[in-house]
Order: sequence, then C-alpha cells, then structure tokens
Amino acid sequence: MSSLRGKVAIVGAADTRVGVVPDRTATELCIESILLALADAGIGKDEVDGLVTCNSMAQPMLYHAEAIAEYLAITPRYCFAAGAGGGTTFSVLHHAASAIVTGMAEVVVIAMADSLRSGLSRDQAMLMQSSTGHPQYEQPYGPTVPAYYALIAQAHMARYGTRPEHFAEIAVACRAHAARNPAAQMREPITVDDVLNSRMIADPLHLLDCSLVSDGGAAIILTSAERARDFRQSPVYVLGVGEGHGHEHISQAQDLTVSAARESGQRAYAMSGLRPTDMDFAQLYDCFTPTVLVELEDLGFCAKGEGGAFVSEAGIGPAGQLPVNTHGGLLSHCHPGNPGSMFALTESVWQLRHTAGERQVANARYGLLHAQGGIMSSHSTLILSREEG
Amino acid sequence: MERIQPASGALADAYIAGCRVGELRLQCCSRCGLHQFYPRIMCATCLSAELEWVAATGRGEITSFTVVRRSISKAYEAPYVVALIKLEEGPTLMSHVVDCDPETVAVGLPVRVAFAPWSESVTLPVFTLDSQRGNSS
Repeated sequence: MSSLRGKVAIVGAADTRVGVVPDRTATELCIESILLALADAGIGKDEVDGLVTCNSMAQPMLYHAEAIAEYLAITPRYCFAAGAGGGTTFSVLHHAASAIVTGMAEVVVIAMADSLRSGLSRDQAMLMQSSTGHPQYEQPYGPTVPAYYALIAQAHMARYGTRPEHFAEIAVACRAHAARNPAAQMREPITVDDVLNSRMIADPLHLLDCSLVSDGGAAIILTSAERARDFRQSPVYVLGVGEGHGHEHISQAQDLTVSAARESGQRAYAMSGLRPTDMDFAQLYDCFTPTVLVELEDLGFCAKGEGGAFVSEAGIGPAGQLPVNTHGGLLSHCHPGNPGSMFALTESVWQLRHTAGERQVANARYGLLHAQGGIMSSHSTLILSREEG
Repeated sequence: MERIQPASGALADAYIAGCRVGELRLQCCSRCGLHQFYPRIMCATCLSAELEWVAATGRGEITSFTVVRRSISKAYEAPYVVALIKLEEGPTLMSHVVDCDPETVAVGLPVRVAFAPWSESVTLPVFTLDSQRGNSS
C-alpha cells in the first residue's frame, strides 16, 4: 500500500474574522476564507480544480460545495461537502490528500464556515442540540450536548480519580494561549477558580468547561509536495493521517473513557514514523474540556488515567511541556460548529511556517492535530511538519 | 410544551408497547444468545435475523450520569439526571434516574426500572435507585 507520507502540502491558509461577525452570512464567510487563502498562496481562483466544504447549520444548502463553487464562478473537477461533525476537517484533508495523490485534482481548497452566533436564534441552536442524540432511545430524555460529554467526564472521574480541577486546568491553558492571539474571541486570562465558580451546566461541566458559540470561517490550499515548491509560502507537509470511527451514539460506546482516537492516532503515527514525544505542539479537539484529557491519553502523550496529572504537572499552556491549542482552541479562540478544527489547522500552518508571532512555539518542527465528531465518535489525527520527510 | 417524543418505527413501537405494559423489552438472538439494545433488524454480533423480544429484569447499574442544570427546553424541568444504565443482561441504555436527590446519584449504584408517561400514547423507561440492593455499593 502506498503511503501519503510527505506527498501533499498546505500552501495557503487563512481565517476570516471570528467571534461575532453579524455582517457576513455563513456562505459569505466561506467565500471570504477562500479569497484570503488564495491570496496567501498567491494564486488565482482558476488554478483551483478541487473544492471541499462542509455544510452550514445557519445557512444549509443541499449541495453546499457546488453552491460555493458557483458563487466563486469556478468549475472544479473534484467537489464535495462532507459531514462528520467536528472530525470533518481532518477526514476531509485525508480524502483530499488521497485525491491529489491519485490524480483526481491538483490544487484543492478546503473551506468551512458557519455563523452559529449570529445566524441562529437561541431556540434554533437548542433544537440543533437536541437532534444530536438517537431519535428513539436518547433524545426523549432531553440530554444537552454538554450532558453527553459530562457522561464521559463522570466516568473518567469515577474510574481514575480525575477531578473538576483537572478539567478546569485545560480551560485555563487554552485561555492563556488565546491571550497571546489577537484574533481570539476570548482573551481575558482566567483561573481554575474562575472555571469552578462559573455556572454549572451539566455536572461536572461548568460554563467555562464549554466551548464558545461563534461565527467564522477558514480555508487551506492543498497540493502535491512536488507542486508545492512553486508556491510562494514555505509548504507545510502532511506526514501522517489516520482515522478511527467507533460508535455514533454515546449509549453505544464500548468504553466511555477510551475513544477511537487511539486507533486514529496509531495510524497517523505509523504513517509518519514519529512518536508523541516528537511533537512540538498539539491541537486537540476541545468542544468541552474532558475531550482534551481523554485525547491526551488516547494519543499517547500520557498513560490512560493520567490525563489529569499531565495537565496539572507537565502542563499544556504556553510554558507547558506540550503546548495544546496554541490559538486558544474551541474554548477560547472560536467555535462555529463543524468548521471548528479548521482554525487548529490554519494555526498549525502558521506555527510550522514560524509566523505565529507572540504565540510562536520555539523551533516548532512537528505538530499533531486531532479532531472528533459526534460524541467522541469519529476521530481523525493529522501530523504536520515544515520538513518534507 | 411537550417533551421530545421517540421517533416512530416498527421496532421502536414494539419496544414502546412493552413499556406500556410495564415490560422493558430487549432483543435476544436465538442463534448466539446475546441480548442487544437498541433494537435492530439483525443481531449486531452474528447478523442473525432470528431475534426474540424478551422482558429484561429491569435491574442494572449506573455506568455514568450527569445532572442537567440547564435544560434542553421548558418541557424538561432542571435539574434532571441523565444516566447510562448497564442492564443485567448486558446492553447499556440512556435514561433518567428519578425520585431521588440528584446529589445522591453516583457511578456504580444499582438501579431498577420504572415507567413514566411521555405523552398520551407513549410510556418510556426511567430508573430509580435500588435501595434493596444497597445505595452504598
């Protein structure tokens, strides 16, 4: 089997304004992110022959990618919209990399945007939340999205002695990163006490354990490693990518404290030939703080059950052993729903170009990115580098 | 405002019919003998289509739970306990733990099924702490 290792590279990356952006629709944010990414890459729209998007919740369209292509007046030969929840971003990158290697397209734009903050009413947002569970056997019990993740947190606490303070440390670390990111939605530093004193949403998750609700979009441009040399930006190479798909509904999970991040991580590490200790930073999906803790364990940064000790002793903040979510993550940078991990991707590109400004991780060479969708259901892991191999 | 009703379907309707007569119904595979939940058109282990409805004992254990403090809609009065219950027969299901102080709910506690009306025509299983089997286990 041929490997994707080092075969494709990211040559353009851009975010729109994020947070509260009422002057743009979700479609316009998606288009704007593409225009910015094209400018970053230094190419025109007619060089694009592949386009992948994800649908918007605020402005859904039956054929989303085709509608975006039409808006841009381009006619790609490879075009689709994907949906795997929060895990969509890196799954899509996996597909697009394969499409480039097999000759389906040469220059692929991956663009995702939504306006959950300005484009949906509170009732619409709650309705969207309630549609997450199993329509017959979960939804009637009225679980909210935080409640699903609270089930994972409680199980981890009962089994491993993890404490609410450990989850709070994750929110504090993400905010400390965001404080160094002028683009982040929330930049005011917070303490563990601030998290623990914030309103309880679903035990043990407090308000500050929960990610933001945002508007925003981001896009990247992916091409072959060979073609990447012709672009003006230094390429960021894909060295490893892997996926793992467990359950969809949390009541069907084999184990609440172990996720398919384990398999997706192992697949990405195997492709890259790298190990957790090789990573200079990690961007881990943080819709709620417990996901980061479980991902740290499942991706091999610490042993199972030791996530709490890892965040409080090794540290994941700017001065920690492993900086996690250097842009501020979904907890503090922005979270417009399914596009959420796009911002972890663009941030990683800037970290590996060494252009991340005040929040630059010194000498960053390798970064690991992880996303999950559903309720710790669909997992995708990506390993990027500034070096081709 | 009405609580969220389960989506209809032949298998779901058979399950809900059980709830109406005070039975928590699981499917049991005639070939491999395993119980499964939720109901499917085949056994998810051996793919046999020979499945029988059986009444569960209704006893189980809380594998995880949360106290929802911010409810999903006005039809649900917070706080309410959403829990995952592992039944004696093996499968896990989501439900409510009712008739107790939410602060007393913990992972590992034994529970017993009860049935609660969800609408005029729908009854669903909920669980209560099983004091006979000890709340301190």
